[in-house]
Amino acid sequence: MLKIKDLHANIDDKEILKGINLEIKAGEVHAIMGPNGSGKSTLSAVLAGREEYEVTKGEVHFSGNDILEMSPEDRAREGLFLAFQYPIEIPGVSNINFLKTAINETRAHKGQDAITAKEFLAKVKEKSALVELDSKLASRSVNEGFSGGEKKRNEIFQMAMLSPKLAILDETDSGLDIDALRIVANGVNTLKSKDNATIVITHYQRLLDYIIPDFVHVLYNGKIVKTGGKELALELEEKGYDWIKEEVEL
Amino acid sequence: MTTTELTKKDMLLESLNELDFSNEPQFAQDLRTNAKKALENLEFPTSRTEYWKYTRIGKIINKTYGIQHEASDANIDISSYLIPGLDADVVVLVNGFFRADLSTIETANGLKISSLKKVIQESDGFIKDHLGAIAKTETELFTALNTLCFTDGVYIDLAKNAVIEKPIHILNITNSDQLISNTRTIVKAHDNSAVKIIESFVNLQGEESFTNNVSEFFLNPNSQVEYNKIQNKEGNSYQISNEQVYQRKDSNFTINTITLQGTLIRNNLNIEVQGEGCETNLNGIYLGEAKNHIDNHTMVDHLKPNCNSNEVYKGILDDQSVGVFNGKVFVRRDAQKTNAFQQNNNILLTDDAVINSKPELEIYADDVKCSHGCTIGQLDDEALFYLRARGVSKRSAINMMITAFVKDALDRVSVPALKAYIDTEIDTRFKN
Repeated sequence: MLKIKDLHANIDDKEILKGINLEIKAGEVHAIMGPNGSGKSTLSAVLAGREEYEVTKGEVHFSGNDILEMSPEDRAREGLFLAFQYPIEIPGVSNINFLKTAINETRAHKGQDAITAKEFLAKVKEKSALVELDSKLASRSVNEGFSGGEKKRNEIFQMAMLSPKLAILDETDSGLDIDALRIVANGVNTLKSKDNATIVITHYQRLLDYIIPDFVHVLYNGKIVKTGGKELALELEEKGYDWIKEEVEL
Repeated sequence: MTTTELTKKDMLLESLNELDFSNEPQFAQDLRTNAKKALENLEFPTSRTEYWKYTRIGKIINKTYGIQHEASDANIDISSYLIPGLDADVVVLVNGFFRADLSTIETANGLKISSLKKVIQESDGFIKDHLGAIAKTETELFTALNTLCFTDGVYIDLAKNAVIEKPIHILNITNSDQLISNTRTIVKAHDNSAVKIIESFVNLQGEESFTNNVSEFFLNPNSQVEYNKIQNKEGNSYQISNEQVYQRKDSNFTINTITLQGTLIRNNLNIEVQGEGCETNLNGIYLGEAKNHIDNHTMVDHLKPNCNSNEVYKGILDDQSVGVFNGKVFVRRDAQKTNAFQQNNNILLTDDAVINSKPELEIYADDVKCSHGCTIGQLDDEALFYLRARGVSKRSAINMMITAFVKDALDRVSVPALKAYIDTEIDTRFKN
């Protein structure tokens, strides 16, 4: 589904990603962990198409398309979803209306008919219940006046509405209390299927108690330096990242 | 003052001198004579004049214009200027003349809509006493010019207690190139009356034409007037507009100035709040593109206590367009317990777009609540990316954010069909 080959990326001429290789197949959950500044968020930003990052080398194929030349909206329409670490507040833009536009533009992109009002409302009802998001919040301005937990739940709500092939959760657990974390994780697990895949980017092992990864990758200094099963996350939790750094620097 | 400027004024006046008002009643002729005298002492403003600092009028005055001498009877298809879904009395002005034949007026009880020229001929009592009573003919060159040679206009007369449900839509049309037209609108709202008026300035051809219009609003106690001014002239067109408002106690005046298109536009809005318990709302949306220059000067003069004024102006400037906002609020010594709020927000879509924003408050009373503020910014890139990352195209994302940006000004337009029309116009503008 996703193939990243030797990906290098800069911001302001500073190299952040220094050769990432990663392959993700349908039905898999991958966790990417690593200390602060290792390049985790840069990787998600480059995949989603943030323009301030410059890809200097490498390839990214998603469902057979080379996505590096694609606009962020086309990537989303092809089924890539990024749950933001810091969801943006957009006063005056209705959460529901914007999602409807997103769904319909995606459908048009695929040559499908627009969603009917009835179908859409039923979907909003079902998916907002999934993340226990008050339907009043769903129809307010995008993230405006939402608590931290509500913002993250709104991300998963949007993900549920858009049914992506590949979801990237960028530090979705940061700042969440246990209840909110459980709700978010439950949402992600419910949406999981053999046809889609998830990348969970996190600093802490905690989230991985709820979303069980098939693979854990350690990102350090712009490269994936270690890959293992879910037990690698526990090891990192116990020993911290220092042993990885030492191993790499040796 | 230079000789060339004098010549330009003389040239403009000379062409306007062809207009013949000799069969008008004496009061009107006196008014025109006074305007002529005032013009002798008034010069075209330059950027050295503070009031005109950011707006140069060379584009307007360095041209020669034709004038239309009398109403034409040529048929015009006005359907494209109508607002979809709006049930209104439609009053049509073409090239400065009232066209009863094109208008659809089913006057309700207590409402009179007439050609201004006609009521002048009839020496209507109110017109005789009030025409030009508040317009600044002595000090404002373009107002003086209008007083000297307005050809026609609309007189809206509301009787006591007349609450008019159906809006009045004035279509002020220019359909000839290089034409100057001077129209005058007079609105008299008697005690406890209420009306909603829309005036659209539009053109059919009308390339390089100049509209110089003056409106005078007289609001009696407890009356309510909403005036929606829509400026939507295609191609190269120039407009200088002066609205003069006089509010007596407990009256409510709202003006929404929506500038959708126009090469060079100057709106001068002066509101005298001469009674207690008044409410005044001044709102605006202006969209600039290409090298458009859009200037809104507003002045609210609070002379009496216990009044509120609210002002929200929102500008979106694209390409190399220039916006000017100068909003002045006076709170005089007797105007205690005044609440005056003023806000001007701007989005510049390019590095070359310019806004000159100058909110001003002058307060001489000591128990008032006043605030003013202005913002100038770009569309939030982070928000744009967020929307796009969900599959929304860049254009739609920009559109959504612009719609959100103008919302609080647009919400003040209380006629639903008009609001929908403006919304669609803005939407279409940013769709491509």
